[in-house]
Amino acid sequence: MIDTFAALAHGMAVAIQPMNLLYALIGVFLGTAVGVLPGIGPALTVALLLPVTYKLDPGGSLIMFAGIYYGGMYGGSTTAILINTPGESASMATALEGNKMAKAGRGGPALATSAIGSFVAGTIATIGLAFLAPWLVDFAVRFGPEDYFALMCVAFVTVSATFGDSPIRGLTSLFIGLTLGLIGIDKLTGQARLAFGIPELLDGVEVTTLAVGLFAVGEALYVASRRHHTEEKLEPVHGSLWMTTEDWKRSWKPWLRGTMFGFPIGALPAGGAEIPTFLSYSTEKRLTKHPEEFGKGAIEGVAGPEAANNASAAGTLVPLLTLGLPTSATAAMMLAGFQQYGLNPGPLLFAERPDLVWGLIASLFIANAMLLVLNLPLVGLWVRLLAIPQPWLYAGILVFATMGTIAAKPSVVELSMLAGFGVLGFLMRRFDFPIAPVVVGLILGPIAESQLRRALAISLGDPMTLLQSPISATLLGIALIALLAPFVLKGLGRFKANED
Amino acid sequence: MTSVDPAHSRRRVDRAGLVIAALLAGLAAVLVWDARGLPSTGMYGMGPEAMPVVVASGLALLAIGNFIDALRGNLPARESADPVPVVLILVGLALLIAIIGFGGGFILATSALFVTTSAAFGRRAILADSIIALVMSTLIYLAFDRLLTLSLPAGPLERLL
Repeated sequence: MIDTFAALAHGMAVAIQPMNLLYALIGVFLGTAVGVLPGIGPALTVALLLPVTYKLDPGGSLIMFAGIYYGGMYGGSTTAILINTPGESASMATALEGNKMAKAGRGGPALATSAIGSFVAGTIATIGLAFLAPWLVDFAVRFGPEDYFALMCVAFVTVSATFGDSPIRGLTSLFIGLTLGLIGIDKLTGQARLAFGIPELLDGVEVTTLAVGLFAVGEALYVASRRHHTEEKLEPVHGSLWMTTEDWKRSWKPWLRGTMFGFPIGALPAGGAEIPTFLSYSTEKRLTKHPEEFGKGAIEGVAGPEAANNASAAGTLVPLLTLGLPTSATAAMMLAGFQQYGLNPGPLLFAERPDLVWGLIASLFIANAMLLVLNLPLVGLWVRLLAIPQPWLYAGILVFATMGTIAAKPSVVELSMLAGFGVLGFLMRRFDFPIAPVVVGLILGPIAESQLRRALAISLGDPMTLLQSPISATLLGIALIALLAPFVLKGLGRFKANED
Repeated sequence: MTSVDPAHSRRRVDRAGLVIAALLAGLAAVLVWDARGLPSTGMYGMGPEAMPVVVASGLALLAIGNFIDALRGNLPARESADPVPVVLILVGLALLIAIIGFGGGFILATSALFVTTSAAFGRRAILADSIIALVMSTLIYLAFDRLLTLSLPAGPLERLL
């Protein structure tokens, strides 16, 4: 307990150095500006802005990252409220009521309750992160390679199968990611796998190339292909931005309840902000004193899900920082950010670079406060960004997306891979395959493989080692249940449907 | 209740789903073929060829799963898609790759992508867009190459700056 306060105070001292404050400010600003663009969620925001942080030192870059991450989340909800195109599924619940409020001329209070709710939830959840993380780290140092492998199996299954619409399609996405993760030189033996004699492939697939291809290029192709279907309508923000006393009264409980849903679910290696946001939405709908307003723009329906969304974003940082386990596409991009400096999040990083880890956690508080101050007064600026005509918007997104790759590796092969991943992302959207499992598979696949091989090398090739460790056996059991549950439940559902 | 709903049984086989299943099976085959070329090492535990085989088995199972889904027509409904803009953007990406490959530089390459994408989204003012694209990519080049010292590929235009 005392240790946490000391570490956090130390982190604050790092974070409030003027240069680091400036990095946080730039990150928050860029994150909101990019996150507010329609169709761009926080994961893509982080992926697009990764090259910008290339030349900074790790500390400054991670602090800028924290700002980009939270900024992207704020920006995403602005878009969801004002034009009803949630950049990611976690903002869907916000769009439900928020856009209705904007249509009814209450866009200002909707934006305000979402910003203040995000601040409240983000702050509480970051405190939760600061206290939960050291405790988990103490637990995680006892993990052997077989336990890590089992933990990754849990993450694989929950990210792809348990919470999607179709476990088969989710697992298909995961295995595409695992396949991509195999490409390149095997770290233990130096053998080239799936490189087909192309030297660029020996280094493996870059996470940023994959993410930007799937998210940015894929999204642009998808939106272009169905431009004739939808017309986005920007709701003007008129009237007061400020919430009335009544709005405050109706908002504060949903904020707190949303946080209670968001943080624990985000912190589990189950991933995803969708479950808590929809849980929060349905809870608020049940508890509200104004049920007639739901579906027509109820402020509780914005306040709760937004808080849940931000709290779960902070929650996903718990497994990411303590175990090196990304459970969402955004967390996967954060991990890529760490890896570009050769840093591997986990218990070791807490021990070796406490300044980095606690500086990052402290800057989350600062970024959150900056966003609250920046966002409400600057909302007019963000709205103007939303008014960029669609052709220029997507042309600009693609230029920026390719720029990252051009700056990192200006080779024909790398750019062709970017275009290829774009086509893959387009097809996956068209045929309704989830995209996040591909990114998680690419990042975690090689780590899981090396942990498994290390475990087997220690046990002299005996696979029973996976079941002899109690931690590993429990985790593998959880993974198996999580894998089979959707199939069994689906079977039950079909049985029921046949009965009546 | 064993009566079969006639509409249900005549649900159409999804051709795209069959193609997806075939692609997954093909990918599994490529993995196994590639893994066979890897020498199995004599050390304890798994060699480099083990994981590709595991992933390939998973892909093969998923190919079967997707195949069954496609036969049952279980895929989610799709809206019609317009191929023209997709092709236009891909042409833009191909132009970008070609210009970078032949040393045409960052500004020309990204301008080509900007103009084709903008056209794909329905703009028909190619000349105006070209000017906007050139100005914008020059500014990006100056900001990132000079200020942030990221190295972006230089071509004839960049050397003039």
